[in-house]
Amino acid sequence: MSASLSVPAPHLKRGFRWRPVSVLPGFGASFAITLVWLGIIVLGPLAVMLWFTAGMGWEAFLGTITTPRVLMDLWISLRSALYASLANAFFGLLVAWVLTRYEFPGRRFADALVDLPFALPTAVAGIALSTLYAPDGWLGSLLTPFGLQIAFQPAGIVVAMMFISLPFIVRTVQPVIEDLEAEQEEAAHLMGASDLAIFIRISLPAILPALLTGFALAFARCLGEYGSIIFIAGNRPMVSEIVPVLIVQELDQFNYQGATAIGVLMLAVSFLLLLTINLLQAWVRKRHGG
Amino acid sequence: MVDKAAGKRGKAGKIALISTALVFMALFLLLPLIIVFTQALSAGFGAYFSSIADPNVQSAIWMTLIIAAITVPANLVFGICASWCIGRFAFPGRNLLITLIDLPFSISPVIAGLLEVLLFGLNGLLGAWLSAHNIQIIFALPGMVLATIFVTFPFVAREVIPLVQEQGNEEEEAAVTLGANFWQIFLHVSLPKIRWGLLYGVLLCNARAMGEFGAVSVVSGKVFGETDTLSLAVESLYGSYEVQAAFAVASLLALLALVTLVAKSVVEFLVRDELAAMKRKRTA
Repeated sequence: MSASLSVPAPHLKRGFRWRPVSVLPGFGASFAITLVWLGIIVLGPLAVMLWFTAGMGWEAFLGTITTPRVLMDLWISLRSALYASLANAFFGLLVAWVLTRYEFPGRRFADALVDLPFALPTAVAGIALSTLYAPDGWLGSLLTPFGLQIAFQPAGIVVAMMFISLPFIVRTVQPVIEDLEAEQEEAAHLMGASDLAIFIRISLPAILPALLTGFALAFARCLGEYGSIIFIAGNRPMVSEIVPVLIVQELDQFNYQGATAIGVLMLAVSFLLLLTINLLQAWVRKRHGG
Repeated sequence: MVDKAAGKRGKAGKIALISTALVFMALFLLLPLIIVFTQALSAGFGAYFSSIADPNVQSAIWMTLIIAAITVPANLVFGICASWCIGRFAFPGRNLLITLIDLPFSISPVIAGLLEVLLFGLNGLLGAWLSAHNIQIIFALPGMVLATIFVTFPFVAREVIPLVQEQGNEEEEAAVTLGANFWQIFLHVSLPKIRWGLLYGVLLCNARAMGEFGAVSVVSGKVFGETDTLSLAVESLYGSYEVQAAFAVASLLALLALVTLVAKSVVEFLVRDELAAMKRKRTA
């Protein structure tokens, strides 16, 4: 046993063995528990869902997911998630930058507050936001004179999505800003570059991969969100209805097939988007060598 | 150092950035929190406490606590197992396993509920067998627990796995050479190393388990006073125009969120302290 400790693991390999080479006990048991539990809770149910869809037949599946209502709701979901994630890419970066770069009174409080959307249940966020942005609400009454309506409109979806996804961007970008080296920025400053030029040419490229990761996480979260949105969106079909709401409605009418087909469509769309963003991220990382 | 360099360049720009960020946070994060409490107390403390003392709300509090009391330990044990095999051993397919564990993060909670319905619902895969044996899973506690476990599945594992990978196995291997068995290593060597990460994961998992809405709403059947959790009670009350009562219940969940945030900050502070002490020890 002590021999295996002093010798690096690869030298112990005699032919192929899948079991990892280590002196530590407990691999078999912990691996088995992990796999079985993963199978029961996550993979098994997902397999059943795919099996259900396969049982529908291709034609019925396509027929269900290409109705105007499904396509329109999908478009509304994607569009709102995109707007919310883009807005948060800007505000999230700003908040992360201010929280890491500057010292000001209340900074620690503000930093803790960023995690509020992680901790606050979505139903609470939903009723709070819809009360704030209702035409007679604290914020809604300020916007109404300008002809802006948010609650019970498609814009409400974007506001709720922004609320729930903000910490994903801030928390992914923050550690990267912390690790940025000041030397390059200071050198550029000495050579007479403006603050904006320094940020765009030096800081932003280093932050970009993390910003994309945060964007992807935020986007996925927005796309799946249900709880906060149902209170603020008004849920009018083809206008302010998102895909998860449609799935719940199909289930309420005991249309399992419809709900499942739309669910599978949604899974496929979100995995495709995540894959795209991951590839994009790999490309950025390669290009900027970060 | 950075601050000084930044300070030399226009102070006005710095103040503009800070105030924009703070105004955004005040409007977007602080205001929703404040309105929960002002609305909850809009009819005075008497109305507030009588909304909470309502038997249906009391039963929702119990449901919420029971679901969390099952979900959190389940995910804690899973997180420890997953971090032991993924964090301490190198085997082919390890990254795939991590990806699969993270999967529930990118799946809508509504789909999590749908999965349980497809499995255990009346027309589901096991529906006929379950109803023949008089076992109720959907529209009852077991389905709500399963859906919540699905949604919170990665929470503990994803906090602890990177921590274990970063810390390495040196101390554990030393313990093996000294003749320690698995439980001795785990309890006396590994657990103290990962305790803050575990606590952090448990805090987040608990907050989500108590507050989950979408997944639970699909499988609960929403019988107010029977299968309602606090989140579902917020919806039922709000939907029947009992706005003040809805916000009173919401304020309980908001308090839970505040406690979670404070506890999280404290854990982060302790971890930073411990890391600093470790670094001092190493350099000394």
